[in-house]
Amino acid sequence: MTSTYLSDTRSGPDAQVRPPTRPDRARTRRRVLHWLTAVGFQLPALALFGVLVLLPILFALYASFFRWGGFGMPSDYTGTDNFTRLFQDDVFLGDLWRCLLLVGLSLALQLPFALAMAVLLNQRIRGRAVYRMLFFAPYVLSEAITGVLFGMIFAPDQGLADHVLGAIGLDGLGGEWFSDPSTVMATLFLVMTWKYFGFHMMLYLAGLQSIPAELTEAAIVDGAGSWQRFRHITLPLLAPTLRISVFLSVIGSIQLFDLVWVVTAGGPDHHSETMAVTMFQYGFKRYQVGYASAISVVMFAISLVFALAYQRFVLRRDLAGATTNMRGDGA
Amino acid sequence: MNGRRTSGTSVRSLPLHLVLVVVGALMAVPVLYAALSGFKSTDELSANPVGLPRSWVTSNYTDILRSGSFWRLVGNSTLIAVATTVLVVAVSALAAFSFARFAFRGREVLFTVFTMGLMFPFAVAALPLFLLLRSMNLLDNPLGVILPQAAFGLPMTIIILRGFFREIPGELEEAATLDGCGPFAFFWRILLPMARPALGTVSVLAVVTSWNNFFLPLLVFNDSTWWTIPVGVQQFQGQYATDYARVFAYLVLAMVPALAFYSVAERQLVGGLTAGATKG
Repeated sequence: MTSTYLSDTRSGPDAQVRPPTRPDRARTRRRVLHWLTAVGFQLPALALFGVLVLLPILFALYASFFRWGGFGMPSDYTGTDNFTRLFQDDVFLGDLWRCLLLVGLSLALQLPFALAMAVLLNQRIRGRAVYRMLFFAPYVLSEAITGVLFGMIFAPDQGLADHVLGAIGLDGLGGEWFSDPSTVMATLFLVMTWKYFGFHMMLYLAGLQSIPAELTEAAIVDGAGSWQRFRHITLPLLAPTLRISVFLSVIGSIQLFDLVWVVTAGGPDHHSETMAVTMFQYGFKRYQVGYASAISVVMFAISLVFALAYQRFVLRRDLAGATTNMRGDGA
Repeated sequence: MNGRRTSGTSVRSLPLHLVLVVVGALMAVPVLYAALSGFKSTDELSANPVGLPRSWVTSNYTDILRSGSFWRLVGNSTLIAVATTVLVVAVSALAAFSFARFAFRGREVLFTVFTMGLMFPFAVAALPLFLLLRSMNLLDNPLGVILPQAAFGLPMTIIILRGFFREIPGELEEAATLDGCGPFAFFWRILLPMARPALGTVSVLAVVTSWNNFFLPLLVFNDSTWWTIPVGVQQFQGQYATDYARVFAYLVLAMVPALAFYSVAERQLVGGLTAGATKG
C-alpha cells in the first residue's frame, strides 16, 4: 500500500473516501490533547513522587560512591570502596543475619499463629468480634509507643514480665530480656508478634470469607475431616492472601527501624541492630553519609531483588485474585 | 462476616475458648497494666507492681493533661495528619482517575513506577530525603514531614482508588460527556461524590500512617516546636526515665487518640488494609 488515498480510491464505491490531510491532523491533535489531559491529571502526583521518592533514591545511589560528610556536594570519589567496606563490616553482616532471622521467625511462628487465630475466629464462636478487634488493635499503635511500653514491661527485675514469671515460679525464664545479647532478638520478635500478628490475621480473615461455603459443605458431605478440609480447601484457596502476607512481612523486616531504635537503639553491643539502624547511626550520628548511602543502596537492592523475584515467581498468578473489595465491608 | 457463609458449625469446645482467652489476655494486659500503673505513685509501683493501686493517684494523668506540651503534641500530630491526608488523597485521586479512565501511551509504565514505590522501604530514602529537605530549608517545618509522607503514601492510595474508579460504569461517563461534561467536571462532580466510601478508606489509612510515623518527624524536627506524639513519647521517656508511673500515664494518654480513632473507623481501616494488600 503506497498511500491511503490511492488504496482508498481503488477499493470501490462503498469504501469511505476521505481527503487525507485535515481529518488526520485533527485526529492527531485530538490524540495529543487526550494524552495531555491524561498526563495532566498525573502531574501533581508525578512531581511529588519524583522529587521526594525517586530523586532521593537516585541520589543515595550517587552518594554511595563517595566519601562524604553530608555537606556541600560529594567530591571525594572512592568507587566501590563503601560497598567493599560494607561487606566486611561485622555489624552490617550481622544486620543481614538478623533480618533473615526475623523473616525466618515470622514465617515459622508469627504467620502460622495468625493463620490459626484467623481460622478459629472465622467460626461461629462467642465473642469473636471482640477478639478480632482486640487482636488487631496493637496495629494502630505507633511502633515508638509500643517500643517504650514494652521496654518498661521487659525491664529487668522491675518490669511486669519478670514479676509475672516470678509469681508463677518461672523466674528462670525471665532475666535481662532486651539487655542480654542472647535474648534481645527473641524479645523483639515477641513484641513484633504482639503488634503485627493481628494485621495478618485480618488479611487471612478477609481471604477466608471469600471461600464459598458450598465447598466446605460439599467436603463435609463427602466425609472430609477438619484437617483435610483445611489442607485441601482452605489452604489452597487462601494461597494468594498468604503470599501477599509473606511479602508484607518480609518487607517489614527489611525496613525495621522505629521499634528497635526506641527500645535498644541497636544494643546491647549491636546485637539487635538492623540495616536501617546502622544506616541511621552512620548517616546521622557519625556523618559518614557516603557510607550510610551505601547501606541505603543495599537495602534498596535487597528490596528490589526480593520484590521482583517474588512477583516473577510467586505473585504472578494471583494479582487478579483479589480477595476483598475496598468498601470496608470485607472484614 | 457472618457465620453462615463460613463453617455453619458453632464452636463449643473448651480448649479453643481457653486459647482465645489466653491470647486475648496477652494482648490486653500490657495496655491495662500501663493504665493501672499510671494510677500509682512510682514508689508504690516498685513495691506493688502488679496489683491494683492501694490509693488511686490521679496526678500523673492530670499533670500531663494540664501541661501545654502534651496538647501541643496532639495538635501537631493532628495538623500534620490532616494536611498529609488532604494532600495525598487529592493528588492520588487525580492520578487514579487518569489511570482508571484514560487509555494513553505510557500509562502502564507510569503505573508500574508508582506500584514499585509500594515495595521500597522508607528507610532507603530517609538519608537523601533529609539532605534534600535541609537544602530546601524544610527542616523544623511541618511541610518537611507532610510533603514526604504524602509522596510515600501515593502508591497505596492510587492503587486503591484506581480499583474503585474502574468499577464505575463507562456509560455514566459517556452520558456525562454527551451532556457537555469535560473530564475534570466529570471527575469533580460525578466520580468523586460516587467514590466517597473509597475516599473514606484511603483517608483513614493516611491518617493512621501519619499519626504513627516516627522516623521522619525524628529526622526533620530537631526543635520541640513541631514534635508529634511518637517523638514526644520517646523524649518524655528519656526525660523521666526513672519516674515509671508518670511515663506509663503518658504512654496511655498517647495511645488514647489512636485507639479512639480505631474504634470509630475500624471498618474503613481493616477494609483499606486488606484492599491495599490484595490489590497491590
